[in-house]
Amino acid sequence: MRPQRRTIVTTEVNGAPVEALVDVRTTLADFLREEVGCTSVHLGCEHGVCGACTVLLNGLPVRSCLRLAAQAAGHEITTLEGVMQTERGKTIGQVFVEQFAMQCGFCTAGFALSLYHLLERAPEPVTDQDIHETLGGHICRCTGYVSIVEAAKRLRDHRG
Amino acid sequence: MKPAPFEYIAPESIEQALAALAQYGDEAKILAGGQSLMPLLNMRLTTPGVVVDINGLDELNYIRQQGERLHIGALTRQYRLERDARIRQTVPVLAAATRLIGHPSIRYAGTIGGSLAHADPAAELPAAMCALEAELTVVGPSGSRAIQAVDFFQGALNADVRPDELLTEVRIPIRKNAVWGVREYTRRAGDFALAGAIVLAEIEADRWANGRVVLFGVEDRPLRVSPAEAALTQQALSDGQAAGVAAAAVNGLACHADLHASAEYRKQLARVMVKRACLDAVAMRDGKKGQENMTGSA
Repeated sequence: MRPQRRTIVTTEVNGAPVEALVDVRTTLADFLREEVGCTSVHLGCEHGVCGACTVLLNGLPVRSCLRLAAQAAGHEITTLEGVMQTERGKTIGQVFVEQFAMQCGFCTAGFALSLYHLLERAPEPVTDQDIHETLGGHICRCTGYVSIVEAAKRLRDHRG
Repeated sequence: MKPAPFEYIAPESIEQALAALAQYGDEAKILAGGQSLMPLLNMRLTTPGVVVDINGLDELNYIRQQGERLHIGALTRQYRLERDARIRQTVPVLAAATRLIGHPSIRYAGTIGGSLAHADPAAELPAAMCALEAELTVVGPSGSRAIQAVDFFQGALNADVRPDELLTEVRIPIRKNAVWGVREYTRRAGDFALAGAIVLAEIEADRWANGRVVLFGVEDRPLRVSPAEAALTQQALSDGQAAGVAAAAVNGLACHADLHASAEYRKQLARVMVKRACLDAVAMRDGKKGQENMTGSA
């Protein structure tokens, strides 16, 4: 077993198989944007603070800037592009628009993915504290938090 | 900000991991959950020659009860510590302390072993291990050794693991009738604590026994404070005595100062966190609060 500078990543993104040769220092975030074309993955801080690059790894929200593409082998990755194919994803998008839960939109994909995961917990109850804790992992520099929390509560109260 | 070039190896067993560490030694960095190492790589604050990714070591991902001790594999993700039924039953203080780490998406990725080996002075898990009197196992080329948590943390980002060694397990003694409190103060939810405290004791008849008071975020490592522990166990603690324990905890404490807090302010925060953690423990004894409510910032 020898260390490598490059590796072939075989993984699944939004249900489709992906295979690419990458430099091992490539983060999952850069891989998703540049190799797979998932430009909903936004890079804000690149050190795990802002949450804009959140993706679902085997269904769990994680920071894709804090993960190497080389680690994606054998895992299922879902980005906002994949979530927007689902009924719940479409509802999140619609309620975000109706509630004005965004301004510039840079942080929105991250908020939406964490919220999608939280709402998927049904039938477990989702408390206001759960919503605050979940959304607290994301930074919105347009200061739109109140609208985003309102959108989240509306989605929680009407979830199917 | 992208990592500087490095080489990558993903061992599939502890033996392979140790072989890689033996070969690359100081040049190598172990990648577990990545929630501390990846920011350092991205900002090029560390530029290892080889990254040894241990995420394939499934043998280090477990929570088991053996007799009166809980054994937790180093690669166990932090969110499992929050939710695992055995942990919530036997050492609920660990679940509560874990919930204060970063954000949910950090805890889905971060591991218990990664946080301990990283040894950030403001991190919750090192403090929790000191409070719980956990024993840690590291393995290396010449076999394994056991280390008490309080001896494991030797300074800021400095734990007792040599470059050719791997932290594999923590063992936590289970103690009955425990009362406890965990408090920390952060500027924003999910930030590292400016100061935090864990208070833990066992109720024996009317007395409090085996009191433990641990501060974090105030010095270069988690700090067990003996005078405060003595004050905690002298008699059955009441609301009024919490302030005395808190004063004993910070007496003579030389906190560090930084951009976010002066030494004096940090010391004051530490005092208040100890007091509130004591009050949580008293409320727990009196049955006024359930364990679910015993965690929280400030």
